[in-house]
Amino acid sequence: MAAESAAPIVDIRALRKRFGANEVLKGIDLGVGRGEVVAIIGRSGSGKSTLLRCINGLEEFQDGALQVDGRPLRHGDARAMRELRQHVGMIFQGFNLFPHLSVGRNVMLAPGLVKKRGVADCEAQARALLARVGLAEKFDAWPDQLSGGQQQRVAIARALAMQPSVMLCDEITSALDPELVGEVLRVVESLAEEGMTLLMVTHEMNFARKVSDRVVFMHAGRIHEMGPPARLFGEPRTPELRQFLASLH
Amino acid sequence: MVDFTLWDILRNLLLAMRWTAALSAAAFVGGGLVGLALLLARVAGGRATRAAVSAYVQVFQGTPLLMQLFLAYFGLALLGVDVPAWLAAGAALTLYTSAYLAEIWRGCLEAVPRGQWEAADSLALSFSEKLRHVVGPQALRIGVPPTVGFLVQVIKGTALASVIGFIELTKAGTMITNATFRPFTVYACVALMYFVLCWPVSLASRRLERSLRRGR
Repeated sequence: MAAESAAPIVDIRALRKRFGANEVLKGIDLGVGRGEVVAIIGRSGSGKSTLLRCINGLEEFQDGALQVDGRPLRHGDARAMRELRQHVGMIFQGFNLFPHLSVGRNVMLAPGLVKKRGVADCEAQARALLARVGLAEKFDAWPDQLSGGQQQRVAIARALAMQPSVMLCDEITSALDPELVGEVLRVVESLAEEGMTLLMVTHEMNFARKVSDRVVFMHAGRIHEMGPPARLFGEPRTPELRQFLASLH
Repeated sequence: MVDFTLWDILRNLLLAMRWTAALSAAAFVGGGLVGLALLLARVAGGRATRAAVSAYVQVFQGTPLLMQLFLAYFGLALLGVDVPAWLAAGAALTLYTSAYLAEIWRGCLEAVPRGQWEAADSLALSFSEKLRHVVGPQALRIGVPPTVGFLVQVIKGTALASVIGFIELTKAGTMITNATFRPFTVYACVALMYFVLCWPVSLASRRLERSLRRGR
């Protein structure tokens, strides 16, 4: 287990988030160390996806503080958001590839625009990243010609192209046919092995147990229980976690 | 009594058709530019700007084009501003077109799935980059059929400019009928000419749709 080194790369303090009168995050404190792999589990509606989406500013929070790599998240400050988001990659449940761009152009778009890299540079990088996720021959294909698993792997390559220091995975296998889940998880596992800091909301408990350094169980907008996977899955301390784990079988 | 040949009728209608075409073109271009400005104000502006654009759209969508033409022509005259019929017609059609196009295009932007905005956000794209490279091209593809459908309505809507004395196709048809007493022939020719104007627009739309199906 990668212990939290000196300064956490993701630092969340007393974070609160409301949708209208409904408070969905009720004070979250979480520090994630560089290279750490954190799985976030919990029932739907427990706030786990919302927490993940707060980290790159897709959701605004009302209270508390959040830092990534020493950069504070400031809503309404476009420049600060752009700076922060370059350090945080995200992969979505629904892939969200850009359907009007070829696979290669999907990967090349953001580095070209945001990091102002040249076309040849972007293309070489895109080809290398697609090869890394096992899709070297799909550079000129269109997203709708790919299977769900292939699309999700392109989405991973697209996120990696920005060279993020943290990767957020929001239920990235939930929309996949069961036989396609493995190919995506293998890529995520290889990222973990290479030292990428990962936060993943997941329903794949076996994967969470195998890959993560720490598991966070969320319940009713709070971190209810947290610890190494063997401990959390092996000897859950709270009735809520026990009940949640029992409901999965 | 003077005898009018079919060619006399056609020739005079063709001359008037130029004005229908010019008025339509002015409404397309002017309405398109104003509509685009309204759209940008609505998606990028603050609460007050959005409300103002929304009110503008409601006013022009909620009143008949005929009344807008009357107000532009007679209303401004009442205020002592002497507006020629072509200017009043052009201005009224531009405003009318811009309101509809702004609303149609807003709908197209909103039809692009939220996930596309979020993916672009997570890749650190700025607002203008998102519009230009991610959401805009997809909205454009969605927007071609309703936009062209509306533009065909505008071409036909220019007929209303005849009531303020602007001599375009319909007004010319009425005048020629009064001289020739052959309303069926004249109005059949008028209808045919509207069709000749509208049909190529619809055809172009279908070709544009096809070429946009696969973004380049």
